[in-house]
Amino acid sequence: MAGTALLRRLTWQLAELVEVVVEAPRVKTLVFDVPGWPGHRAGQHVDVRLTAEDGYQAERSYSIASAPDSTRVALTVQRLEDGEVSPYLTDELRPDDKIELRGPIGGYFVWEPSDGGPLTLVAGGSGIVPLMAMIRTRAAAGNDTETRLLYSARSEDDLIYRDELEALSGNGLTVAYTLTDLQPPGWTSYARRVDPEMLAEVAPGPTEQPCFFTCGPTPFVEAVAEALVRLGHEARAIKTERFGPSGG
Amino acid sequence: MPRREVDPERTTHVSRGFRGRRTDADPARVPPGQYVTRDFPVLSAGPTPHTSLELWDFSIIGELGEPRSWSWEEFRALPSEEITRDIHCVTKWSKLDTVWQGVSVDTLFAGIETSAEYVTQYSDGGYTTNLPLEDITGGKAWVVFAYGGQPLAPEHGGPARMLVPHHYFWKSAKWVRGLRLQSTDEPGFWETNGYHHYGNPWQEQRYSGD
Repeated sequence: MAGTALLRRLTWQLAELVEVVVEAPRVKTLVFDVPGWPGHRAGQHVDVRLTAEDGYQAERSYSIASAPDSTRVALTVQRLEDGEVSPYLTDELRPDDKIELRGPIGGYFVWEPSDGGPLTLVAGGSGIVPLMAMIRTRAAAGNDTETRLLYSARSEDDLIYRDELEALSGNGLTVAYTLTDLQPPGWTSYARRVDPEMLAEVAPGPTEQPCFFTCGPTPFVEAVAEALVRLGHEARAIKTERFGPSGG
Repeated sequence: MPRREVDPERTTHVSRGFRGRRTDADPARVPPGQYVTRDFPVLSAGPTPHTSLELWDFSIIGELGEPRSWSWEEFRALPSEEITRDIHCVTKWSKLDTVWQGVSVDTLFAGIETSAEYVTQYSDGGYTTNLPLEDITGGKAWVVFAYGGQPLAPEHGGPARMLVPHHYFWKSAKWVRGLRLQSTDEPGFWETNGYHHYGNPWQEQRYSGD
């Protein structure tokens, strides 16, 4: 199995919030400046650590949303109602505030332009984030790897990055949406949960040996991976991530 | 106020306005950087394998005189026990008092003599993970086939997975099919992808170099 061991020690670094983008009612992108950031590969994540006055600490992992861009690192965070860290990041943190962060982490659910394709990305909800990093990395590199994104969300309001995806489409990138719960009037794309038939329409066939990345909630990822295997794709060509990073 | 240059690893930055959500859990049971969840999140790198019980077997191979192998029937006929342990995933969640049913690795090793000091767990789907042999013997590890009184679901590693609860949970291979005894420590799947060789949650050994 190919993989790059990280011999460098991952130390906690202070990251300063420099920009906030509202993506959807409960979703924000937080852009941090991280002095000394070593760069990252699309699909990697960071650990975030918050410390209360009394020393209590909480850690969480977040996928990196941005392509490598000097010391800038963007995280897209969905506010979880009963969450501990995400409500702080989306509601409390303001520009110039600092948090502790370490990374980049993960050497498997990653794509670099030199890895080639054809590439098929299947996103469920906020599982779009690490896949968007791949699309952005591809675009930033001027790479034209054939790339298909299938992006499933509950409703149009839940789709994020939509304008950017429209702008990046073409040059080998095609984007298909499915809205599972609520469709706006005149919606002509898919309107159901991802199923084998949809995947067969969107993805290249097994003879083209596409590589797959799928990220989303567990039942979504299970269904996608299972359908792809059933369609005849190689299990080892299907990389999965269930909301958050790998392991365990 | 000017800020002195400090090593952020040695200090901590207080997050303005952060109070945190303290849990009722005994802090002595929650390793650093972990939070307690009631859910059982699923994390794996690829599709869930489905191996029929007729084809399933469990083997001990590598540096031992004669390889051992058990069919599903033979494996299930071995003495098993109920195990209640806390588990800790490197992705930050811990789950307390999880209840499993399984066969102690010591039972599987009965009568086996080996000079190997390391072991690689290997699984359907190609997953591997490495540990010193002494970390899975002496009542520290099990091959489990039930969780919460129910047969182990495929997405949680069924029909059988390892349970090595004193390490981060990626050291408990899902869909395990055997143990390979080795004289050298060979990094497994996550260990070659940036994660720690040993993975002790109490020392927060998450990533290479921790």
